[in-house]
Amino acid sequence: MRLALFIPCYVDTLFPQAGRATVAVLERLGHELTFPEEQTCCGQMHVNTGYQREAIPLVRNFVRAFGAYDQVVAPSASCVGEVREIYPRLARLSRDPELVADVDALVPRVHELTSFLVDTLGVEDVGAYFPHRVTFHPTCHSQRVLRIGDRPQRLLRRVRGIDLVPLPNAEECCGFGGTFSVKNADTSSAMLSSKVASVLQSGAEVCAAADNSCLMHIGGALHRQRTGVRTLHVAEILASTETHPWRAP
Amino acid sequence: MSGGTPRARPFSKAAREALQDTQLRRNLARATSTIREKRLRATEELPDWQELREAGRAIKAHTLAHLDHYLMRLEQNVVARGGQIHWARDAAEANAIVQALVSETGVREAIKVKSITTDEIGLNDALAAIGVHAIETDLAELIVQLAHEPSSHILVPAIHKNRAEIRALFLEAMGIAPSELSDEPAELAAAARRFLRAKFLEARVGISGANFAVAETGAVCVVESEGNGRMCTTLPDTLITVMGIEKVVPDWRAMEVFLQLLPRSSTAERMNPYTSFWSGVRPGDGPQAFHLVLLDNGRSEVLAHRERRQTLHCIRCSACLNVCPVYARVGGHAYGSHYPGPIGAILSPQLLDSPEADTLPFASTLCGACYDVCPVKIDIPSVLLDLRLRSVERRRARRGRLAALDTEDGAMRLAAAVFAEPRRYQWAQRGARLAQAPFVRDGYLERLPGYLAGWTRTRDVPAVPAQTFREWWRERRGSGGSQR
Amino acid sequence: MSSRDVVLRRVREALGHAGSASGEPAAAESVTSEAAEYRRVGELDAEARADLFAERAAEYRVRVRRVERDGLPSAIRAELEAHGVRTAVAPADVPEAWRVAGVHWRLDGAPGSGGLLDTRALDATDAVVTGCALAVAETGSLVFDGGERQGRRLLTLLPDLHLCVVREDQVVQTVPEAVTGSEDAARRGAPITWVSGPSATSDIELERVEGVHGPRTLIVLLVR
Repeated sequence: MRLALFIPCYVDTLFPQAGRATVAVLERLGHELTFPEEQTCCGQMHVNTGYQREAIPLVRNFVRAFGAYDQVVAPSASCVGEVREIYPRLARLSRDPELVADVDALVPRVHELTSFLVDTLGVEDVGAYFPHRVTFHPTCHSQRVLRIGDRPQRLLRRVRGIDLVPLPNAEECCGFGGTFSVKNADTSSAMLSSKVASVLQSGAEVCAAADNSCLMHIGGALHRQRTGVRTLHVAEILASTETHPWRAP
Repeated sequence: MSGGTPRARPFSKAAREALQDTQLRRNLARATSTIREKRLRATEELPDWQELREAGRAIKAHTLAHLDHYLMRLEQNVVARGGQIHWARDAAEANAIVQALVSETGVREAIKVKSITTDEIGLNDALAAIGVHAIETDLAELIVQLAHEPSSHILVPAIHKNRAEIRALFLEAMGIAPSELSDEPAELAAAARRFLRAKFLEARVGISGANFAVAETGAVCVVESEGNGRMCTTLPDTLITVMGIEKVVPDWRAMEVFLQLLPRSSTAERMNPYTSFWSGVRPGDGPQAFHLVLLDNGRSEVLAHRERRQTLHCIRCSACLNVCPVYARVGGHAYGSHYPGPIGAILSPQLLDSPEADTLPFASTLCGACYDVCPVKIDIPSVLLDLRLRSVERRRARRGRLAALDTEDGAMRLAAAVFAEPRRYQWAQRGARLAQAPFVRDGYLERLPGYLAGWTRTRDVPAVPAQTFREWWRERRGSGGSQR
Repeated sequence: MSSRDVVLRRVREALGHAGSASGEPAAAESVTSEAAEYRRVGELDAEARADLFAERAAEYRVRVRRVERDGLPSAIRAELEAHGVRTAVAPADVPEAWRVAGVHWRLDGAPGSGGLLDTRALDATDAVVTGCALAVAETGSLVFDGGERQGRRLLTLLPDLHLCVVREDQVVQTVPEAVTGSEDAARRGAPITWVSGPSATSDIELERVEGVHGPRTLIVLLVR
């Protein structure tokens, strides 16, 4: 199958390591990948801030970039959630029947990475090795919008050497919420301080998630406070093997 | 209003202040986490909870889709049983109606059951204006009334007050000597009971809201815990009920769904202590004059929008407040409206017409915890998204040509232009990498300018690395094969 | 144009009917039954229902005692005595056997016996004794519809102790059964009151405190 990589704008620009890890995992499982270079940004920031009409050109660009591929995979539950749940709405807002048709055809072919691995490829053991204590933060989009449930944890549990510890109050929102983090920075920080406290309480060295957006926010505070705890995308853990183990940059 | 109108401010400002009130934070954290756990147990006990939620949603959706029909049926049946119906276009009209009805009776005091609808319209003030004191008889409403504060929670209005604060209020308002009253909740409740019993026995006019009204039978329903609702709706000669038009349900059978959804979602009990239904008047039993005021006040406009209409499903259980991580930290006053929390973030901007209320749809991370618990399945995140679009459009309309000068507006339009075109996007990535250079420390940025400054007050952010993903991909592809 | 006309017109326009009335909708019952299959009828037998009711009511601080039919009057007497009741009120149609000795009784609503009692006199009465229309096992609730042996609403509100006689055959299991069971009364326009435990509040730091305005003591005698 023609498998295209959808690498969200902030992963492309700030967390390329998560993108590289996604490539490593999928290629190790024997898949040939393409990265359509026309892709830019899915438009979630615009939609969530009330600028939905401004996001319509971004929807068109997404369709242009990915329309030709059988399957599209992204290491981001929130961006895939955007495409699946919101793109149909935006397409209808545009009143362009062709865009509506294109979006409706493309949406079912766009997958979040852990769901793709577990459901489409039917694999939970990807041959990973990561001898560190890890706690997993289930992001709100992944739980309540995409409903990927425990797929990331199932993948993590099969990683050799991993010490997976529970995150207290895991299901509580970390406080990122896109532009909420700057428009309501104080409330965002208050929620973040609870999440940081939970991470520290878990005793983990690494806080992992299926979304770099939340990790940017949680990791930003873990770093600012010099906690000595780092954040990693699930893909980075799954990409680590005995022969090529993950190393701190 | 019990104790005043909540001050309307942009949410981010109000929240910033509230977040620093450590007593409030403590009270809220304890209260919301307690009731969250209780609600979970109460709803998990029912094997058909999800089916009931779906039924609740379906009944509400159906009723709203035929609202005029059901309102007319309700009117017909209330009148047939000896009640009177009054229609109010807006708050001013509802107040005028109640003022006239109360004036007719010649009383100086009326007893009241908690009703957010009456708070919404400012009924207590309207009555005060004609020399009538409306005595709040719910314990918490009494507390906020005595404190001259607005209520901060739909269900537990005094959630922001602890027992010591309440004792202090009672000592003053009820003229009790300090040695005669401790801060034990049981004693505080007893003091309230004695104070209010005297009022109940004298009252000739009662005022209430309604949780539901059954079109098929003309029955109006009040769900409560303390018994003051029963007092107010059975003791006085005259009963006036003010009810939003969205509260009507089609038939008696619908109550089998709502009597399960509401108590388990609100107080997290299998059933609340008292639920009362009455239709019109009944000779020899209860008030002999009953007036039902049907209030629009913006609800018909909410009805008009397909996506937003579900806002009117709300049965005022407050489950959404108790699971909201934002509400749990800032409390109700920060929303500047009688309807706080997640439901308030969608209802208030639609009922109120103000720039401050337009900030409420942004008081959320869209985490969806509210949608999960809503007993009538209001997709609050979806309505929030729609209202965010509306907020931006309203702001643009208000500011006219000046809208172009708005920082966020300009930044969003610029970003959209950049993201719409791959080459512009890549130039922007390179541009960012260049611009950040003097500020990068060990791969991080600690200070961001302008619109983004709020981020770096409490968080670092990674700098754009030497190679973006697409630059790595291109290089790898150029070198002719996959490499790690 | 009256306010009624204005509001109805706004509603109709909002629904896209441009002024004319909504057609007669499909019967609402089919809406709920088609929407979702929630439980309507319970599966417990009479004995189990009675046990469940007793258990659940007790959880809400209702004092529940199981009695045999011929033990009812002495049970009433024992309870009233144990709670120091000296004056009691009952609806005019309660059986004479319930009006036990040792208590001064007033009947409410009997023609020729004083009619309806004065409110303050009611307030000053120690206890009220009634039957009920239904009891709901799963929630430990009592349902009153002003019918046989129940009297008017004020009776079960003002006195501080309420003793309610419930026959086991009046106990249904689920909330939907109780709603269906009171449908006739509802259609007649009777006032219907559900009572689940003594009065309570959770307004002070969410601690459930008993006894604000309704009877602070609720006793149920569950009769076989």
